Amino acid sequence: MSFKMDNDCRYAETHEWIRVDGDVGLVGITDYAQHQLNDVVYVELPEIGDSFGKSDVYAVVESVKAAADCSLPASGEILEVNEGLEDRPQSVNEDPFGDGWFVKVRLTDVTELDGLMDATAYEKLVEEELEGEGGH
Amino acid sequence: MTEPVIYELSAPGRCSVSLPDVDVPCSALPEHLVRDELPLPEVGEVDLVRHYTRLSQLNHGVDIGFYPLGSCTMKYNPKVNEEAAKLPGFARVHPYQEHCSVQGSLRLMYELQEQLKALSGFAGISLQPAAGAHGEFTGVLIMRAYHRSRGDTERKRILIPDSGHGTNPASASMSGFETVEVKSDVRGNVDLDDLRGHCDETVAGMMLTNPNTLGLFDEHLAEVCDLVHGCGGLMYGDGANFNAMMGIARPADLGFDVMHFNLHKTFSTPHGGGGPGSGPVGVVARLAPFLPGPIVEKGDDSTCRCAEGRDGGVCYHMVIPDASIGRVKSFYVNFGVMVKAYTYIRMLGAAGLREASETAVLNANYLQARLKGTYPLPHDRVCMHEFVLEGRVPGAPDVHALDVAKRLMDYGFHPPTNYFPLIVPEALMIEPTETESRETLDSFVDAMVSIAREALQSPDLLHEAPHNAPASRVDEVRAARQLRLRWGD
Amino acid sequence: MSYTLHTEADRREMLDVIGVRSLGDLFRDVPEGARYPDLALPAPLSEMEVLQELREMSEGNADADHFACFLGAGAYNHFVPSVVQHLAGRAEFYTAYTPYQPEISQGTLQSIFEYQSMICDLTGMEVSNASHYDGATAVAEAVIMAVNVARQKRRKVIVSPTVHPEYRETLRTYVQAAGIEVVGDGNPGADGSELLSLLDQTTACLVVQTPNFLGSIEDLSAISDATHSVGALLIVATNPISLGLLKPPGDYGADIVVGEGQPLGNHLSFGGPYLGFFACRKKHVRKMAGRLVGETVDSQGRRAYVLTLSTREQHIRRERATSNICSNQALCALTSGVYLAALGRRGLRQVAELCYHKAHYAAQRIAELPGFALAGSKPFFNEFVIRCPRAVSEINEQLLGKGIVGGYDLGRDYAHLRGCMLVCVTELNSRESIDALVEALGEVES
Repeated sequence: MSFKMDNDCRYAETHEWIRVDGDVGLVGITDYAQHQLNDVVYVELPEIGDSFGKSDVYAVVESVKAAADCSLPASGEILEVNEGLEDRPQSVNEDPFGDGWFVKVRLTDVTELDGLMDATAYEKLVEEELEGEGGH
Repeated sequence: MTEPVIYELSAPGRCSVSLPDVDVPCSALPEHLVRDELPLPEVGEVDLVRHYTRLSQLNHGVDIGFYPLGSCTMKYNPKVNEEAAKLPGFARVHPYQEHCSVQGSLRLMYELQEQLKALSGFAGISLQPAAGAHGEFTGVLIMRAYHRSRGDTERKRILIPDSGHGTNPASASMSGFETVEVKSDVRGNVDLDDLRGHCDETVAGMMLTNPNTLGLFDEHLAEVCDLVHGCGGLMYGDGANFNAMMGIARPADLGFDVMHFNLHKTFSTPHGGGGPGSGPVGVVARLAPFLPGPIVEKGDDSTCRCAEGRDGGVCYHMVIPDASIGRVKSFYVNFGVMVKAYTYIRMLGAAGLREASETAVLNANYLQARLKGTYPLPHDRVCMHEFVLEGRVPGAPDVHALDVAKRLMDYGFHPPTNYFPLIVPEALMIEPTETESRETLDSFVDAMVSIAREALQSPDLLHEAPHNAPASRVDEVRAARQLRLRWGD
Repeated sequence: MSYTLHTEADRREMLDVIGVRSLGDLFRDVPEGARYPDLALPAPLSEMEVLQELREMSEGNADADHFACFLGAGAYNHFVPSVVQHLAGRAEFYTAYTPYQPEISQGTLQSIFEYQSMICDLTGMEVSNASHYDGATAVAEAVIMAVNVARQKRRKVIVSPTVHPEYRETLRTYVQAAGIEVVGDGNPGADGSELLSLLDQTTACLVVQTPNFLGSIEDLSAISDATHSVGALLIVATNPISLGLLKPPGDYGADIVVGEGQPLGNHLSFGGPYLGFFACRKKHVRKMAGRLVGETVDSQGRRAYVLTLSTREQHIRRERATSNICSNQALCALTSGVYLAALGRRGLRQVAELCYHKAHYAAQRIAELPGFALAGSKPFFNEFVIRCPRAVSEINEQLLGKGIVGGYDLGRDYAHLRGCMLVCVTELNSRESIDALVEALGEVES
């Protein structure tokens, strides 16, 4: 089973991605994460202006039977939220690195990105998790 | 098979009820306050009756067939309970009437309080909480109030096993506590080492279901209670599984300080499609001052008018405990539900209640013994009134507990509880209760065995089940994405 | 009589299959010292005997079949049409569990969907849940919801002193550990402007009741504007029968409408089981607690109903659920749904008008009695306050002797209303019974 990766992103162990341009980052969850969740029915997003530290829970993504916390890969202030998810939560399943983005963040400390994985390292993490589950 | 929505049966001018004309001089209506439109349906009596009768026929209920929903205790609902609750002297009295004019109701509440004390060993009972979760919230608030009354304000954590029902952490949160999960060991007991590591002076208490949601009686219950008490915490008992315990053991004797009962589980009051229930709370003596009120007390106060001319000169009246956490609902209790539980207890008596629990446990062990060869049994030991299987068939990896559950409907059974407790993957929690015959139990086993065979030979029968139910599998994703929560949405 | 069916032979065979020698072997994990306690319970009765005992107990009560009832204060004696109990009493409805398996629960699910729809019609709101335990807990859950809508950043709650006293008590119990401040009802005689003056940017919500506990119909427009101007939510508790006649709170901009659903087809039953109806704006639906039924389709494309938005609830969110509530008052909600459908648009309006006219007739006649006076000047629906020449408890004792259950003693909750009685009149009070009440009050000595 292979999942989509995006080489322009950095990845957190908790399956979030961040794509950075200067000190602004776009954040979402990975293809592997959306696959684990199944059909996304709702994403609870923060408000513009809210601030979070690295790894703080900033959003909750819901499927019919589960609600999963999303952690912010790096500290920052919310600049924009993806309001399109209200009407089309399935974008998270269909295009997790594109239309399924969650928030845009102004980063407070870009050096935090160094602690995140690149696509290759993240892909390896996913493989190990799958093996642990017996290849499901 | 679909039934039109009531609005689709509506036509202007129709009504199912005849009311008398106004028999007093009319007063002017406050026109600026009167509504223009009242868009309720308009249905004649025959259409109303057909509609709800047909709707009822789309349901499965205990009165139709076996309903082995783990943790819910779907035992038979005796009809005498229903008759009792309808007696006009019970059904048509107002809660705020002077106590002298409702002594019959107060006496029933008092007797039920005493009966629950006898069954549990607790010194104090409040009948007020309206449901199990409501009772849990009440119990946790009582624990909080107790600690605070002793100046102990640093106890901010509640310990809950990983097998605990979702209402447990939710109730703890609502009461301002942080929840800490305690692991279970391989035999399904609370892991004592893990528990020991958590017990300190920041622990307000532990919420434990015993028998637990795996249907197992904790083999180290005494040590669990000692550890929690030893660090100054209290033991809260989730009484959802009390159907295994009546006349077998009393929770207060086992080390619990506070517990809620579920009258709609253990005491045969009907589930009603999701309520009303009733969740009375029992406590040890030192927690009694914190109970929500009012509580009924029996006095032989000869200065009270209602004691005159009454046998024994007795007066039942309501009191609020001294340090009560406050009322948790309006009026008093779910009285109509109390009548049913009281009737049940009066008819069974001590021997009958013990027989009920013993038979519930017998039936569950019988099913477990007959099914464990067909479905994996994660904890192969004597169970109590329920047990948990893994709802999967070795050799059919694409068949899940959900598929087994849905296929059972085609055999005329309500499925067992699915996917709970969370610590067993593909869990099927089976609770037969004591009111089932051997034939019913055997036919359930036959169905489960047949389904296991189908899983290997024709798995689509399961994946596309149910085939014979009023509805087939519903699109839950669509329901959550496109919210239609009322007619006309 | 334990409703079990096994013979001795059955038991022995079952124990063999299990592989144990005796029933006692199944209970070896129970600590020996605690096993098989003696239960101090009375000897069991047969069905005949228990019904006899219960009949005797219940016949000692002064019930509304035999007494004229003028008591309201949150629970109301209304006519329950025969169809209601007949339909809600069907075993397919009451012996079912929560509809977690929608394929075999469409009866429960659709009837709740219809109930939700009718509550929306009645209250003028967009979404209703499947009910809470009662009106008081519905108010408490509404307040918690308002604080959640404000993302926990606003923690002050203003509540009018004329909201039912037990609703306010229940609210305080619910929020005692939540760091929420409840204000506004410290001065029971305060007027509306004092209440509104408490509104500020820390207010999550303002709670009013209309008709209020004293029977008066509140002017919601001014309250609504003021509440929204500070960004707070308006929570209105109301009497559903009054909504057969009066403009619904939704029309005035209420954000959440709650109340006691008992008057809709449920008997007085000494205080329960009742149900709390709960309706709100669709934009807040995900912060609403309680069960919700939604419409969807099944795999054959047929319309079907299912419990939805379950991720708000305890079995999924656990400690972060919107509430710990697990059940609703399903059977009571079904009863209310059947009642509303049976009465319908015209019938409910008729019931409301009967209540209104009879109550106003009673008020007028009582006001003419020397020693009695109507208190308050606001318009009322079917409850009003009278100042009495003697203690209310003494008057009620006299009334009871004449086959009448009198009104509520307001001195129990409002110091400035000592000696005042809250009288309630419904469609069940005939003109004769009202005249008898007036005559009996006229015989009260000052």
